[in-house]
Amino acid sequence: MEHFQVRATSARRAPGSRRQAIVGVNASGNVEILVERVLPDTDSVVEVTTAVAGFQNLWQAVITDFFARFPTGGLRFAINDGGAKPDVVTLRLMQSAQQVGGGQ
Amino acid sequence: MSDLVDLVNHDYYEASARDRIAGVLDPGSFHEFLGAENRTISPHLAQFNLTGAFDDGLIIGAGRLDGQPVYIAAQEGRFMGGAFGEIHGAKLVGLLRAASANAKSKGIKAVLLLLDTGGVRLQEANAGELAISEAVHAIVEARLAGVPVLALVGGRSGAFGGGGIVTAYCSRIIVSDHGRIGVSGPEVIETNKGVEEFDAKDKGLVWRVTGGRTRAMMGGADCFVRGRVKNFRAAAIAQISVAPQFALATLVAEQKRLAERLQSYGDCRDAPEIWRKAGIADPASIADASEEVFASMPRLKEAAHDAR
Repeated sequence: MEHFQVRATSARRAPGSRRQAIVGVNASGNVEILVERVLPDTDSVVEVTTAVAGFQNLWQAVITDFFARFPTGGLRFAINDGGAKPDVVTLRLMQSAQQVGGGQ
Repeated sequence: MSDLVDLVNHDYYEASARDRIAGVLDPGSFHEFLGAENRTISPHLAQFNLTGAFDDGLIIGAGRLDGQPVYIAAQEGRFMGGAFGEIHGAKLVGLLRAASANAKSKGIKAVLLLLDTGGVRLQEANAGELAISEAVHAIVEARLAGVPVLALVGGRSGAFGGGGIVTAYCSRIIVSDHGRIGVSGPEVIETNKGVEEFDAKDKGLVWRVTGGRTRAMMGGADCFVRGRVKNFRAAAIAQISVAPQFALATLVAEQKRLAERLQSYGDCRDAPEIWRKAGIADPASIADASEEVFASMPRLKEAAHDAR
């Protein structure tokens, strides 16, 4: 099992004010993502826990791309991975950012 | 929290545990206990190189059903088959005990158990088995405190193993076509007793024996619903008021009902044999009828009871 983090230090502040959201399920080919608004406005981090070892470079690429495309400042994402493919991870990250940015 | 446009009309089988809760309860009334931010992840799964879930596959909390305060628990059947582990079980037991303790002070009208489980998690089996025994004890205590406990079964994992046992302790059982209820699952029976006893690959047989229609026909479930979230919601509202008290008379009635059922159909090998014996002209029609037609078909006379 691998556990690692990917950080961004000059992120744009994530919109909205919702404190947290959870999306997805830790099932085969899927991921569970808990997103919490707990960091300074310019910081963001994705914490990955996965049973599939050896793909850290791919995770890095997917998450870096996500940081570049979406304003995630202030958000901490925690992923429990069930062996999801990169496209699923991207979609779930987008979904979690959208839900926590949904106001309230 | 959900990305589904229309929760109540959504298919119960396909919905996540969180969406089932949101659609069954009054809109926006759910308040989660020990939410995901508490990170109540199983301490055992990492030893087996398995990642956990932030809620350990069980979501618990309070909400309102038709305006009345209720407690609710939902298993996420896609995470480890909804199986019971130490924390998953402890959350359920805690919720049930809270229902007993708060029956009067908070006016808790019912506990809804949205079961979707293959039973106990093999990686933490002792803790899971203990959790089942504590859960059934807590169900009895809640019922003694006057709080009906309803089982809702309509997920992909059904209610098997300890989950099947849990349903048997509930005041009322609500089941859909997809809902299967049993103790030993088909593969377990085949492994232990041979393919001649039970062919787990024969999906028709599996559903005829463990499926929601058979359970409802025979009184193994009290209410058959079509598979929308709104159908489960409506059934839960209706069943609370007709849930029997947990008392000696209820148990005696249940024992009598089960003994008579065994006497009548104990030698049948498959569901259509039971239907034939019960005088149903076209036994195959039970499995073949559409959900809508089946929902309005009469049940066996043994299914009408005030027991459980």
